[in-house]
Amino acid sequence: MKRWMIGGVVLAVLCLVATGHAQTGQRAKAQNVPEIPFESVPNFLKMPADVYLGESMGVATNSKGHIFVYTRRDDTRLLEFDQNGTFVKEWGEDLYGFEFAHKVRVDRDDNVWAVDEGTNMVIKFNPAGRVVMVLGRRPEAVEGAVETPQGAPPPAERYLFARPTDVAWDPQGNIFVPDGYINHRVVKYDKNGRFVRQVGSHLRGTEPYQFNTPHSIATDAQGNVYVADRGNARIQVFDNNLVLRAIYDNIGNPWEVCISPGPHQYLFSSNSNPDANPAASWETSGEIYKMELDGRIIGKFGRAGKAVGQFQTVHGIDCRNPDELIVSEISAWRVQKIRLRQTTTTSSR
Amino acid sequence: MTRVFLVVITAVLALSGVLSAQLNFPDIPYDASTPLTLPPNLHLGEAAGVATNSKGDVFVYTRTGTPRITTAGARNVSHGGSRLFQFDRTGKFVREIGQNVYGFLQAQQVRVDPQDNVWVVDQMSTQVIKFDPNGRIQMVFSRKPEAMRVPALPLSVPADTYALVGPRPPAPPAGGAGAAAPAGRAGGPPPGSGAAGENFNRPTDVTWDSAGNIYVADGYGNSRVAKYDRSGKWIKNWGSTGTGEGQFRVVHGIQIDAANNVYVADRDNRRIQVFDTEGTFKTQFRNVGSPWAICITPPPRQFLYVSNSNPPNNLDYDGEILKMTLDGRIVGKFGRAGKLLKEFGTVNAIDCRTENELYVGELGNWRVQKVTLKPAASGTR
Repeated sequence: MKRWMIGGVVLAVLCLVATGHAQTGQRAKAQNVPEIPFESVPNFLKMPADVYLGESMGVATNSKGHIFVYTRRDDTRLLEFDQNGTFVKEWGEDLYGFEFAHKVRVDRDDNVWAVDEGTNMVIKFNPAGRVVMVLGRRPEAVEGAVETPQGAPPPAERYLFARPTDVAWDPQGNIFVPDGYINHRVVKYDKNGRFVRQVGSHLRGTEPYQFNTPHSIATDAQGNVYVADRGNARIQVFDNNLVLRAIYDNIGNPWEVCISPGPHQYLFSSNSNPDANPAASWETSGEIYKMELDGRIIGKFGRAGKAVGQFQTVHGIDCRNPDELIVSEISAWRVQKIRLRQTTTTSSR
Repeated sequence: MTRVFLVVITAVLALSGVLSAQLNFPDIPYDASTPLTLPPNLHLGEAAGVATNSKGDVFVYTRTGTPRITTAGARNVSHGGSRLFQFDRTGKFVREIGQNVYGFLQAQQVRVDPQDNVWVVDQMSTQVIKFDPNGRIQMVFSRKPEAMRVPALPLSVPADTYALVGPRPPAPPAGGAGAAAPAGRAGGPPPGSGAAGENFNRPTDVTWDSAGNIYVADGYGNSRVAKYDRSGKWIKNWGSTGTGEGQFRVVHGIQIDAANNVYVADRDNRRIQVFDTEGTFKTQFRNVGSPWAICITPPPRQFLYVSNSNPPNNLDYDGEILKMTLDGRIVGKFGRAGKLLKEFGTVNAIDCRTENELYVGELGNWRVQKVTLKPAASGTR
């Protein structure tokens, strides 16, 4: 009897999870996660009177602490601030590859990479701000506006993207691009931009090795690849050859992941609140998790809200300093510096 | 597929000693650099066209900025998306030409004529625009569509002033709209032959014969060569869509040698066709891959460069540039598809004013490379 009941409960929970997953892409989140105290540094970015942020899709720092924000404003723009938050300059003004910002990242050589889901391109700038490599191709204007295709998209091309979302590199310089909203795959290129392999395909799916909107990506020092499989509410962890190693599915819908550098690396993942702020979403989303690379959750911080120190659909995290994150938000049109008050040297478990 | 291809190749080899010799053409040693420098926050996009003038100045017609369509009720208006830059012979930025002109939408090609006039071909505005050496507009061919249809019309329909929203307009009655009607209808001209006159459909290139007559490669939408006298008056068309002699599938480039032979890059038929200035077919070269860009060096000893460019969606094959004699014999080749220096990403333009110092414009890599060939070293490698 007792065994039957347990079985029944398990079955019911499984059904609930499966149903919830099918309907909303949500899974049960970890319970009793410690709250990490934090503060948002006031007035962090100092904006000149005539410079504004729009939807702040990506944020990243270089080795000097300069901050790059890839933002949807009048046009999509890439802005640089210094380590004190003072505006420095705009990058890639009027660039052919800038149409609809999605992410910016800085590699270990301080090259700045912008991922644009409007032009379907990944653009690599050298530290001087000149374009040195592009991946993907902007659809030709002469082809005109194209009606949104119905049904399954065509098979993914090796060298073209369909609304890519992010970029990361392994220690050898290989390039990983999650692609994206229309395709559902991660593509690996060598450092010279030649296709190596991919995982996933143009079709969305819920099985391991499949994706439903791979929305963000990070690599660790061993070259493992962490993919925020947002629509499936999980992080899939692959080795460098894109062989699946683990799945973390207790952290809500990962909109953004970031792995800190250094001898002890941490994984941050944001269960961002949906950008339309549907009723009750503020109670169930908006927090950022701090994790060990093996998936153990150290703690979480933040919640959905419009005030400073709250989050409105976090879309970018820079975690070069794991105690001082720089967080960009879509819906609040802002970037916050988040100072965690817990040291990184001890884990809660 | 590959196997079939190999079988075909083997069969062809068995049949043709000439071609088998052609497959052994040598690699030409070469270096490459990117000498063009731009001011901060000015960037090349897709380097569709590159050409030099007699002083060695370099002109680049590039797809850059944001091509826009703005709403104006049912008729949407296109703006911007391409710019023309001039550099000196050392690569230093000199100036921009044609800021905000009406016809700069999607760069396709730039060429410099013997009098140092700069000719721009824009695929989207369907225009050919002649600038004098001072950068002032001297002549305009074809007309930018007044309005852009959203979604775009298929290629076979000439762009014109159709309303942009709502159902596709019905085809005009046969004979009713005359030359502007989509070609290929029963009793009409053959598909792709274009109208008498100028209305280009995604043109690609322009060149001149020794008398100054003007030849326009037209293009993606039409499959013709259009000839004009030096005053810009239409003389004749030749070509239509197809695979036969004098037919084309994507006319992607045009050049004329000192003897007034006309070389047409028939890209998707994977050949170069040679005509006289009246459009009479003379010969064809079928050993060039897909000719995306062609260039003929100045006399006395002229060579033909042909880029068998990789398509924009693939980096894993093609990409080499061939050096040929004017009778179609391949002298050698260099390069391959890729993103590194000395590699090529969908070459769309070659300038060969100097036989061994080429400028190569790439769509895929947003850059212009200066390629220095070292043929003298080829025997010692």
